[in-house]
Amino acid sequence: MKGLVEVRWHGRGGQGAKTAAQFLAEAALETGKNIQAFPEYGPERAGAPIRTYTRISEKPINLHCGVANPEYVVVIDPTLVTPAVVEGLTDKGVLIVNTKESPDEIRKKTGFKAGKIATVDATQISLDTLGRPMPNMPMLGALVKVVPLVDLDVLSERVKGKFLKKIGEEKTNANIQGIKRAYEEVKVG
Amino acid sequence: MSVIKPITGDQAAAEAMRQIDPDVVAAYPITPQTEIVMNFAQFVADGKVQTEMIHVESEHSAMSACVGASASGARTMTATSANGLALMWEIVYIAASTRLPIVMPVVNRALSAPINIHCDHSDTMGARDSGWIQIYCENNQEVYENIIMAVRIAEHKDILLPVMVCQDGFITSHAVEGVKIYDDRKVKEFIGEYNPKHPLLDIDHPVTYGPLDLQDYYFEHKRQQSEAIKNSLKAIPEVFAEFKKHFGADYDFIETYKLADADVAIVAMSSTAGTTKAVIDELRDQGKKVGLLKPRIFRPFPKEKIVAALSKLKAVAILDRSESFSDQGGPLFTEIRSALLDEAKKPLTVNYIYGLGGRDINMKQIKSVYADLEKIVKDKEAKNLVNYLGVR
Repeated sequence: MKGLVEVRWHGRGGQGAKTAAQFLAEAALETGKNIQAFPEYGPERAGAPIRTYTRISEKPINLHCGVANPEYVVVIDPTLVTPAVVEGLTDKGVLIVNTKESPDEIRKKTGFKAGKIATVDATQISLDTLGRPMPNMPMLGALVKVVPLVDLDVLSERVKGKFLKKIGEEKTNANIQGIKRAYEEVKVG
Repeated sequence: MSVIKPITGDQAAAEAMRQIDPDVVAAYPITPQTEIVMNFAQFVADGKVQTEMIHVESEHSAMSACVGASASGARTMTATSANGLALMWEIVYIAASTRLPIVMPVVNRALSAPINIHCDHSDTMGARDSGWIQIYCENNQEVYENIIMAVRIAEHKDILLPVMVCQDGFITSHAVEGVKIYDDRKVKEFIGEYNPKHPLLDIDHPVTYGPLDLQDYYFEHKRQQSEAIKNSLKAIPEVFAEFKKHFGADYDFIETYKLADADVAIVAMSSTAGTTKAVIDELRDQGKKVGLLKPRIFRPFPKEKIVAALSKLKAVAILDRSESFSDQGGPLFTEIRSALLDEAKKPLTVNYIYGLGGRDINMKQIKSVYADLEKIVKDKEAKNLVNYLGVR
């Protein structure tokens, strides 16, 4: 479909891959785009690898099938870095990984040859800002830096809107700080 | 003022229920129930609706409580899915033949065994002979709007039948999309006050519901039920027209996509119709004359509209997301093929059973169906009547 962008998120149950996919979609919706966000449901258990998806489009989205060839892949959990995460990703695609390693090292591990690879230590960022290993929000910040799908301010506002009532001002600000730090610190190789 | 909210198909259903604010909702609160009831229960707890929520011990009891509530004159709703609907079965029939205008969102999911929680249409297709009106939704917007319309359809004086509003399990029920939500006041205005015709609690006008009815009158009552579903073909368009007047959205029994000048077409319901539209856009760019027919309402069966839309085509593939084990194809196929049978000019028809237990139906598979149709037109025959798409 022309003008359609598809993002695949890899995480583990409990790491907020579903929330990240959804927040990205919601921020895009705020800017007038058409959106879909959905998880791939298997057995639901904490720690199990899961995939979630975001679709963003100028035109209405009729598609309701799974995402086979995403433009962008975001890996929230560093232990999931294997060739499986670049499945279906074309040479024009971008892989964004939460890791302490360099883009070159990730390229070796995934066998992703031609596309762009970006890395950021999102787990450390969330430990510093939130005091908990919740790398999903920082990964959103890294993604929108590498690929300008939505404006950082629009995203931050959306996160604020979703979190403020639920987790309070302090934790909301910590999450937004995490998004902004990852936005600054992400390295592209 | 309307507002676009990012919500799942389940939340869209719950949002419609909040605006409808039914008198009674009876539901069984655990698996295989969906988040529709969970979200609605939150509205009840938050005092956003006046509904009397009845937590029952099974889906069989949920429909039983709905039958009691509806007969007594309450605007009544419930929601279910898969094996939950299967357990309701006995009372599902009773709701229809007692002519109770209950509205029930159904999230279409596979029936056990083997155990599976994902999408197919086995659950509601099994209930197609129960006498309920069945509406199938492509996306979350349709879920929301169809549930609002369903209240008016069910309660229409010439219909008085229960309505299932079906959506695809997980594919839309758990997917977030932007849904245009209309103003509460406008929705309430559209559905109006419920004035039941023969409420059990109107003691000045005593009535009997569900009495013994043997060889003497049972047949006449069933005959009236056939007439009611036939009448609904005439009455439902009134609701479509009023919905359009209130909200601008255009509904019909069927929707067509690039069908007017097409040589071949796919017939598909619910979310698969959307994916088919995306395939059509690609194939049209290559100059192929392909189209889609999406039945929105399966009961009443809109024969005239379907025949008019399909009879001029060269070949049609009908996609069924359920198996009926007749070896003659799925339910949508056998009914459409039968509807076309007496037409002087009719397309070659072929059936594809697909997506059972949530197996993904992707663009590649749909393209392969259009390629098959091209070959069928060339060969002037469909060699295989019933095919299985995407099975290993």
